[in-house]
Amino acid sequence: MREITTAKITEALARLCEEAACDLPAEVEEALNRALAEETSELGREILREIINNAEIARKDRLPLCQDTGSAIVFVELGQEVQITGGQLSEAINEGISRGFSKLRKSIVADPFLRTNTNDNTPAIIHTDIVPGDKIKLGLLLKGGGGENASSLKMFLPGASEDEVVDFVVKLVVEAGARACPPLVVGVGIGGTFDYAPLLAKKALRRRAGHLNSAHHIAQLEKKMLKRINETGVGPMGLGGKVTALAVHIETYPCHIASLPVAVNLECHAHRYKETIL
Amino acid sequence: MKKITAPLNEKAIADLKAGDRVLINGTLIVARDAAHKRGLNVELKDQVLFYAGPTPGRGGKLVGSIGPTTSSRMDPFTIPLLEKGLKGMIGKGGRSREIRDAIRKHKAVYFVATGGAAALLGKTVKHAEVIAYPELGPEAVLKLEVLDFPAVVAYDIYGGDVFER
Repeated sequence: MREITTAKITEALARLCEEAACDLPAEVEEALNRALAEETSELGREILREIINNAEIARKDRLPLCQDTGSAIVFVELGQEVQITGGQLSEAINEGISRGFSKLRKSIVADPFLRTNTNDNTPAIIHTDIVPGDKIKLGLLLKGGGGENASSLKMFLPGASEDEVVDFVVKLVVEAGARACPPLVVGVGIGGTFDYAPLLAKKALRRRAGHLNSAHHIAQLEKKMLKRINETGVGPMGLGGKVTALAVHIETYPCHIASLPVAVNLECHAHRYKETIL
Repeated sequence: MKKITAPLNEKAIADLKAGDRVLINGTLIVARDAAHKRGLNVELKDQVLFYAGPTPGRGGKLVGSIGPTTSSRMDPFTIPLLEKGLKGMIGKGGRSREIRDAIRKHKAVYFVATGGAAALLGKTVKHAEVIAYPELGPEAVLKLEVLDFPAVVAYDIYGGDVFER
């Protein structure tokens, strides 16, 4: 067994909070620059220029890209040969988020109805997978409220055509309009169960923006969805244009003979995901 | 790019058309969900509301990054504010038909700014102070002084709507 202390986990997450909030991933910035070259709407081009300038200011001045520094979604891939010492894993994670958010916006309320702010952005949403090996991989997604509010799940039946699934995703993007802050990264989870499809959609956002699924037929579906989304004319910040999404990522999983769950998790252009291995 | 000054006057509003890019100078009042729910009891005559909640700034500054949140969440609270003389709002996304019509009827204007460009927009903030509900933390009501805050006119007083072009 390899020992990893909770202090290391806390420290790593605190650091990831700042990096995720201030440093736009390089592949997102590249996708935005390609979008600027493709966009023909003058207003759309101006919005894209602002978004690209914003990323430069955020990186240089260590300012959050977006004021909505989001819910902290923590993905833990815990190697089964790791022994965690020095305390509880969930407490260590929340301590890391609490410290990491000292200069970020605290957006979490303790109760959905009473709505008192927890003042440190905890608790994090934690997804843990036990994996082979003696390492821990920590992934942190700072997920804004706009894209989450515009996300959805539909339980299709197995008779549904691929086009019906594509239509569902495209319609959702159009209805979301500017609320989800396009150009988007669209996470799609297909298969699993009522609870698992949305997790697949969220996990799909971890992939480097624009990298295709390794299964050929799913990669083709990603390309088809992206093309259809960019034909809607929603455009940057919903003001019209060619570029509504930067990427579509689909993750799939086996499902029941009676089911075809499809979940869509919309992510804004300020796509804030960072990971580290301990 | 038109330069305009907030609070707004009738002449400045009459000059704005949906789709115009503007740089706003002067005073913005920042408020979002929780403050609206509490009635937003601050002076709003001729003022411009900015739907936002900032990150804390460096060195004890009140505002670091700040950008627009979804405006339609504030729709249920907007008509009484227009009746009190509110003349401008800045947010993101379209609003209900009822609110679009009410904005026009009250000869007010609705702007959109770029969501997620909050570091850039935060740089336009020269001064910030809390003017109501400090206990709401990131949802407290702030008064900002801004210099060249970039926005786009979404709804004008002539029925223009940038989302319907």
